[in-house]
Amino acid sequence: MTETTLNLKLKVWRQKNPEDKGHFETYQAERISTDMSFLEMLDVVNEKLILDGKEPIAFEHDCREGICGSCGAVVNGLAHGPQKGTTLCQLHMRHFKDGQTLVIEPFRAKAFPVLKDLVVDRSALERIIEAGGYISVNTGSAPEANNLPVPPQNSELSMDAAACIGCGACVAACPNASAMLFVGAKISHLVLLPQGKPEAARRALSLLRKMDELGFGNCSNERECEAVCPKEISISNIARFNREFIKASFGSTEE
Amino acid sequence: MNWLIRTFSSSIGKKQIMAVTGLGFSSFVLIHLLGNLTIYQGREAFLSYVEKLHSLGGLVTLAELGLVVFALLHIGLGLILFVQNLQARPVRYAVKKRAGGRTIGSITAPYTGFLILVFIIVHLLKFRLVDKAATDDFIILSNTFTQVGYVFFYILGVIVVAVHVSHGFWSGFQTIGLNHPKYMPLVQQLGMLFSVLLGAGFASIPLYLFTTL
Repeated sequence: MTETTLNLKLKVWRQKNPEDKGHFETYQAERISTDMSFLEMLDVVNEKLILDGKEPIAFEHDCREGICGSCGAVVNGLAHGPQKGTTLCQLHMRHFKDGQTLVIEPFRAKAFPVLKDLVVDRSALERIIEAGGYISVNTGSAPEANNLPVPPQNSELSMDAAACIGCGACVAACPNASAMLFVGAKISHLVLLPQGKPEAARRALSLLRKMDELGFGNCSNERECEAVCPKEISISNIARFNREFIKASFGSTEE
Repeated sequence: MNWLIRTFSSSIGKKQIMAVTGLGFSSFVLIHLLGNLTIYQGREAFLSYVEKLHSLGGLVTLAELGLVVFALLHIGLGLILFVQNLQARPVRYAVKKRAGGRTIGSITAPYTGFLILVFIIVHLLKFRLVDKAATDDFIILSNTFTQVGYVFFYILGVIVVAVHVSHGFWSGFQTIGLNHPKYMPLVQQLGMLFSVLLGAGFASIPLYLFTTL
C-alpha cells in the first residue's frame, strides 16, 4: 500500500477538569500518514503541542489493538469514528480525506463525567459489574469438565456476548445514554452457561437496579449501540436481559 | 407487594408496561380499522356494524375503560422515560450523526406520541363524546369528511400514527424479550406492513367519503 499523507483540521473538546465548562479548540494535524491509527495521529498533534509549550490533549488508551476497551471518543458524531466494528485505536487515517475537518468529543453521558479533555470516568460500568456481574466459584480441586454439558450454540452466543470490552461506546451512541447493551452483554455472557445459572435471577435484578441508580437512560430500541459497538454485539442480548428480568421478577423468589 | 412496585418502577419494568400497552393499542386499532372498513359496503352495513358493537353494552364500556387505563399508563410512563432520557445526557454532542440504527419512527416516537394524543382528543370530541340522539354515526362521518380541513387533519393524524407504530410494533416485541433470529426479521417486516396498512386503511376512509359524497 502506498503511503500518503493528510492534512486535517481538528476541533477537539478541551476541558481542564471535571468542574471546567470546557470548549472546542482548533488544531492542524499536518502530514499525517494514512497508515497511522487515529490515536497515533493524536500523538503527533500532542508532540507538537508539547514542543509549543502547550498542554497536550488528554485521551485514554492502553493496548492499542482493539481489545482493552480503554480508548474511545466521538468523531464527527460517531462513537469510535466512522469505521464499523472498530475501536478508535484500530481506526486508520486512510478512512479520512485530505483537508477534512474532524470534530472530536468525549463520550457524553451523565453517568460518564468528563475528567479531562477526552477522558471520561467510566467506572459506573465497574459499579454495575460489582453489583453482581460475576459467578461464584468454590475453590478446591478442579471439577470433571464433562460433568457440565454446554450446548455448542450456547457457548457461541456466550462468547459473542463476552467479546464486550466495556468501552462504553454503546452508552455514548445511545440517544438516551442507556447502558442496556453493556449490561445485556454481561447478562448473556454469564447466563448462557451452566456456571451462570445459580445466580441468574439475583444478577438480573441487581445489575438492573445498579444501572438505574447510576443515572443511565432507558433503552428505547434505537439500535445505535449495536451499530457503533466495536465488537458488533447484537441487541438480541438486550432482549435476553429483558427476558431474564421477567424470569427473575415473576419466576424467582428474589425481590 | 413490595417486589411488584420494585419490578414496575425499574427501567425495564416501565418499558415493559409501555410495550404491553402499546401492543394492546396496536390490536385495538386493527379491530377499529376492520370495523370502520364496513363503510365500503355502504351506509346500512356501517350502521349495522355500529349497532352490533353497541349492543355489547357493558363489554364496550369495559373495553373503553381498559383503553383509558392503558392510555394513562402509556402516556404517563412515556413522559417519565422521556424526561429521564433527557436527563441522562445533560451535555449534548456538538455533532451527532446516525450510526445506522435509528429510523424516522424511532427518532420521532416521543413527539409522534404527543401528536397522537392531540389527534385522539379531537377524534373523541368529534365522534365519541357527542350526543347521538338526533343523529347517527354515518351522518356525523359524512358531515365531517365533506370538510376538506378535517380530511387533511385525519390523513395527517393517521400518518403520524403509522410512523409511531413503525417503531413501536417491533420495539414492543424486543422490550418484552421476544427477539429471536428465527422470527425477529418477520416481526420487523410485519410491523412495517402493519403501519403502512394502518395508515393507508384509515386515510382511505375520509378520502373516500370526501370524493364520493
